Amino acid sequence: MSIALSQPRVARRLPLPSRQTLPLWITLGVCLLMYVAAGLRYDNFFTPQVAVNLIGDNAFLGVTALGLTFVILAGGIDLSIGSAIGCTSVFIAAMIENHGWSAPLAIGVALLGGTIIGIVQGLLIAFFELQPFLVTLGGLFLYRGIGLLVSRESISLDNPMYVWLSGVEWHVRDGVDIPLAAMIFVVLLLLCVYVARWRPAGRAVYAVGGNEQSALLMGLPVRRVKIGVYAFSGFCAALAGVTATIYMSSGAALTGAGLELDAIAAVVIGGTLLSGGVGGPLGTLLGVLIFGIIQTAISFEGTLSSWWARIVVGLLLLAFILLQTLLQPRETHS
Amino acid sequence: MNRFIRTAVVAAATLSSSFAMAADKLVVGFAQVGAESAWRTANSKSIKDEAEKRGIELKFVDAQQKQENQIKAIRSFIAQRVNVIVLAPVVEAGFEPVLREAKRAHIPVILSDRRAKVSDESLYATFIGADFVEEGRRAAKFLAEKTGGKSTIAELEGTPGSAPANDRKKGFDEIIAKYPDMKVIMSQTGDFTRAKGKEVMEAFLKSPDAGKITALYAHNDDMALGAIQAIEAAGKKPGVDITIVSIDGVKSAFEAMAEGKLNCTVECNPLIGPQLFDLVEKVAAGQEVPKRVDVQEGVFTQEQAKDALPNRQY
Repeated sequence: MSIALSQPRVARRLPLPSRQTLPLWITLGVCLLMYVAAGLRYDNFFTPQVAVNLIGDNAFLGVTALGLTFVILAGGIDLSIGSAIGCTSVFIAAMIENHGWSAPLAIGVALLGGTIIGIVQGLLIAFFELQPFLVTLGGLFLYRGIGLLVSRESISLDNPMYVWLSGVEWHVRDGVDIPLAAMIFVVLLLLCVYVARWRPAGRAVYAVGGNEQSALLMGLPVRRVKIGVYAFSGFCAALAGVTATIYMSSGAALTGAGLELDAIAAVVIGGTLLSGGVGGPLGTLLGVLIFGIIQTAISFEGTLSSWWARIVVGLLLLAFILLQTLLQPRETHS
Repeated sequence: MNRFIRTAVVAAATLSSSFAMAADKLVVGFAQVGAESAWRTANSKSIKDEAEKRGIELKFVDAQQKQENQIKAIRSFIAQRVNVIVLAPVVEAGFEPVLREAKRAHIPVILSDRRAKVSDESLYATFIGADFVEEGRRAAKFLAEKTGGKSTIAELEGTPGSAPANDRKKGFDEIIAKYPDMKVIMSQTGDFTRAKGKEVMEAFLKSPDAGKITALYAHNDDMALGAIQAIEAAGKKPGVDITIVSIDGVKSAFEAMAEGKLNCTVECNPLIGPQLFDLVEKVAAGQEVPKRVDVQEGVFTQEQAKDALPNRQY
């Protein structure tokens, strides 16, 4: 009885840093530190529009990274997502502009296609116990090839619905407009947090990534979970492709080339262990924001080469992997 | 913890806004394509140098050849409230929404070097750049003069779909159509690179019609320089057996001309800094500017190359 009574109080208390959540707290600290430092250094950095841009301009990195978060939580990896963005974006643009499809049809088929290719990759990984790295590397080439086959050039989208979509924004007040891409990212984020925290499917992902053997013994549908995460990741990548076409009013096969690596970096910096089982979508949001803050700061600085963004991200990534290794409990080393 | 952060943020915001008051020199945001060629590097340097000379604060972003990076850069220029934005669009399509944002923020945009496809001309103040069609025409005119209107031409095209490749081909074709004895018998893309230019020229020289080629037209110098290597490897004399004309006017093309291996290069001048900032200052002051400004350019032949070579900056 007394246990049942004390339970809610424990839940309401602030989650203090534990071994599992410490990386997330450190990421949050780094993120805030960068934001404040950049704000102190540059004029007009602490404006709402900059904050909105951080979300909106990185929406397709964010959407992809959210899908990838679940794959990594389940102990896998998905390299196909970057090329999937390019492939879906050029596919949508080509179908609408050159083949007269309607925008909803093209978007629907693209989302479905991304999910199906995700399922196929999941099937290969779950049933034939193939290496996720290699299977999704195959996916990467497949997507890139299809995309370039559709068109080697960037295709402009003049379709009225697309023109309308690219103008959709929530006008909060003068100078603060939240674009559609940002809304897609935020809605997906909330959904991911909810599923990861409170849905059985989300908990099962953690269980499979934490220890596949015990998940199996617990009677969890391990294979279904694996297929599910790749399907979701494929869907997210296709959704990111849709977001990219809205953002740029055009589709190109090489959009998002190499983005899979940025996404992995964002997920890992966000405190998700590459070995699976620990982390979550909120951390990924922080990882994406760190990417965005670095890029924005460089453009505010105005004289630095934009390649510095990669150098900073690289160093952060190394620091975080080191940190994770130090924090990882001994028994999971194998 | 939370309150502390909030206090820090507020303090920082107050501080930074007081800094903003102090600065009132012209601030210009420049969204560059990348650093893909010697031409582009010279272009960036000219712009940076000129800004420094005039005491203009330049925010320079290299987009690494990615459109999304350019859109991000323009968004951040808007957030920074720069006075003028200059954009050298990576591709023609897809800049309309972000240009509309700039317009709403009352920040004028100047397009540099490449055009952007927009439905509303008021989205940019002016476009400064080379006339690629005219460059193609000049190349064809030189070739017609040099060969007395008789030549069988192989053509190395630029990146498919890019404005310079399309327009340089168009201008060239326009002129040679007037000469019944000038014909392009082979044409393929060399992607504006030296390596691809060499590779494609090798293939041209192995084809059954190779013996007929008397002239080569390359859409840029780099491809012509690659082709020269291929021609030499095939045992022919570039510039003598095959008349070669290309576009850009980079330093190594002048060196090749001085050695007699290249016959002519049509200049595509990257040093647009002075002209560009004249426009920037006019636009910032709210003065009327023409919608299209051509960059000053010339045509160089072998005879002129030796004299011009020491002065080439790129």
